[in-house]
Amino acid sequence: MSAHALILAGAGGERAWRLQDYAARGGYAALRRIIAGKTPPEAIIAELKTSGLRGRGGAGFPTGLKWSFMPYAFPGDKYLVCNSDEGEPGTFKDRDILRCNPHAVIEGMIIGAWVMGCTRGYNYIHGEIFEIYQRFEEALEEARAAGLLGRNILGSDFSFELFAHHGYGAYICGEETALLESLEGKKGQPRFKPPFPASYGLYGKPTTINNTETFASVPFILGMGGEAFLNLGKPNNGGTKIFSISGHVRHPGNYELNLGTPFPELLAMAGGMRAGRKLKAVIPGGSSAPVLPANIIMDCTLDFDAISKAGSMLGSGAVIVMDETTCMVRALERLSYFYHEESCGQCTPCREGTGWLYRVVRRIERGLGKPDDLDLLRSVAGNISGRTICALGDAAAGPVQSFIKHFADEFAYHIENKKCLVPPLVQEAGSQIYM
Amino acid sequence: MLSQESLRQIDREIAKYPPGRRQSAIMSALRIAQVEKGWLPKEVIEFVADYLGMPPIAAYEVATFYNMYDLRPVGRHKITVCTNLPCALSGGVYAAEYLKKKLGIDFDETTPDGKFTLKEGECMGACGDAPVLLHNNHRMCGFMTTEKIDQLLAELERQ
Repeated sequence: MSAHALILAGAGGERAWRLQDYAARGGYAALRRIIAGKTPPEAIIAELKTSGLRGRGGAGFPTGLKWSFMPYAFPGDKYLVCNSDEGEPGTFKDRDILRCNPHAVIEGMIIGAWVMGCTRGYNYIHGEIFEIYQRFEEALEEARAAGLLGRNILGSDFSFELFAHHGYGAYICGEETALLESLEGKKGQPRFKPPFPASYGLYGKPTTINNTETFASVPFILGMGGEAFLNLGKPNNGGTKIFSISGHVRHPGNYELNLGTPFPELLAMAGGMRAGRKLKAVIPGGSSAPVLPANIIMDCTLDFDAISKAGSMLGSGAVIVMDETTCMVRALERLSYFYHEESCGQCTPCREGTGWLYRVVRRIERGLGKPDDLDLLRSVAGNISGRTICALGDAAAGPVQSFIKHFADEFAYHIENKKCLVPPLVQEAGSQIYM
Repeated sequence: MLSQESLRQIDREIAKYPPGRRQSAIMSALRIAQVEKGWLPKEVIEFVADYLGMPPIAAYEVATFYNMYDLRPVGRHKITVCTNLPCALSGGVYAAEYLKKKLGIDFDETTPDGKFTLKEGECMGACGDAPVLLHNNHRMCGFMTTEKIDQLLAELERQ
């Protein structure tokens, strides 16, 4: 996958995901060392802070800090949850991690449980990847049989149970409190925060939720040391990151790169633009991240701070590439439909607003747009942002605001001329694969 | 209402959660019931609710919230095609149109012989394999060119 592959190291062969293969790559060594040496939790948190590891699910929150929020001495059950409910358009890295290196996630979770004193954990796996869920179950069985999970792990007095939970089709469950509701057997509607999960989480107990890739990074950090991991990336943006690149490139897929790698390098690794066409725009961090025109993204390095400075976000590292054959109105229409479909319906601004956004973009796309529709879109988007319990509302507004900002001419052309700036046949040719 | 095998599977799911938290198994239990029955009639949802000791309304809420549960009968083979943006940029819409033409049905329709139902899906988290489709919720098929769609349909036709 790449010269730097840590997390995707098992991608080489069909069997490379098994426990013995992971162990042969040095897997579970960090955990064995921690348990044998009774490493204090504070020392591990300090190492994570040094490493600059930031949450890989989208928000980029420092992991060491998050782990320090858990009340270690809280009596009774505490929970650890892995968020593998990956359903943001453009994102497909967790599936590959669980497919080729599930034990890295398991080891990361066991270490997390050690640090935070958690007794029980769940990995919430996206509904559409049932085959991966089955593989993870198999990996859990291997770990249990090897004494790495369950009671008295590796002969110590430390116990931790870990299970897989299978989702069944709801984007909103990627939001951590919706995920907790779903784990409790309810519809996935986000909770109001505060209280935050670290004080009131699963079944009302202290809970920490991290992304799959975040957990998978932990054994490598403790293996090489926080400093070495940090130095793979750049200050405040430590380590490697998996980038899922999709859209108009020759070889879409997952590429694990050091944070801070220039965007053109990723594009080149993905084989460059399909059929040698010209780059038009990139959504750098999953469909919720603001779109960036070619000239801006080509100058960016891929890390949290640089992408943020360019006006977007690194998010989950899902890079959607669009070439000159793309109609930006049509692209936005598809994204707006998604958010309308996936709004959980709890907050009025999101439930109603996402429908408005979709319908107005659709009418522009269909040549029925009105002169003041762009103002209307800005107004609706502005009235959703910041007025909802969770971030889905902002995620729906963000694409609308950024598409209009950077491609205003194309939207205006659509409204005036009642057709696409890019002829439909050209668009169709652009979306063909295997040329 | 459900087979011994399904109940055994549901019991295995219940055991994953702490005592008194049987409701956490509702999503898996409904999935297991749907695999056995082909879809989820009202009586089946109520049975599962009762089995887990939760109010039927709470089970309906789950069954109606998550979009992979089928609350109406579907064909023997449900095919869900992703048409979201990353897939659309790489032939997803074209794959969906090809399937519609080949099966002679639109989205949310079933062929008259009851074999195939076609659905439009949202992101399945496999955008790098576009075009992507899902067969009966559990089997993911990627890089679905027209030739591969032909092969898949021929294979399912034989089953």
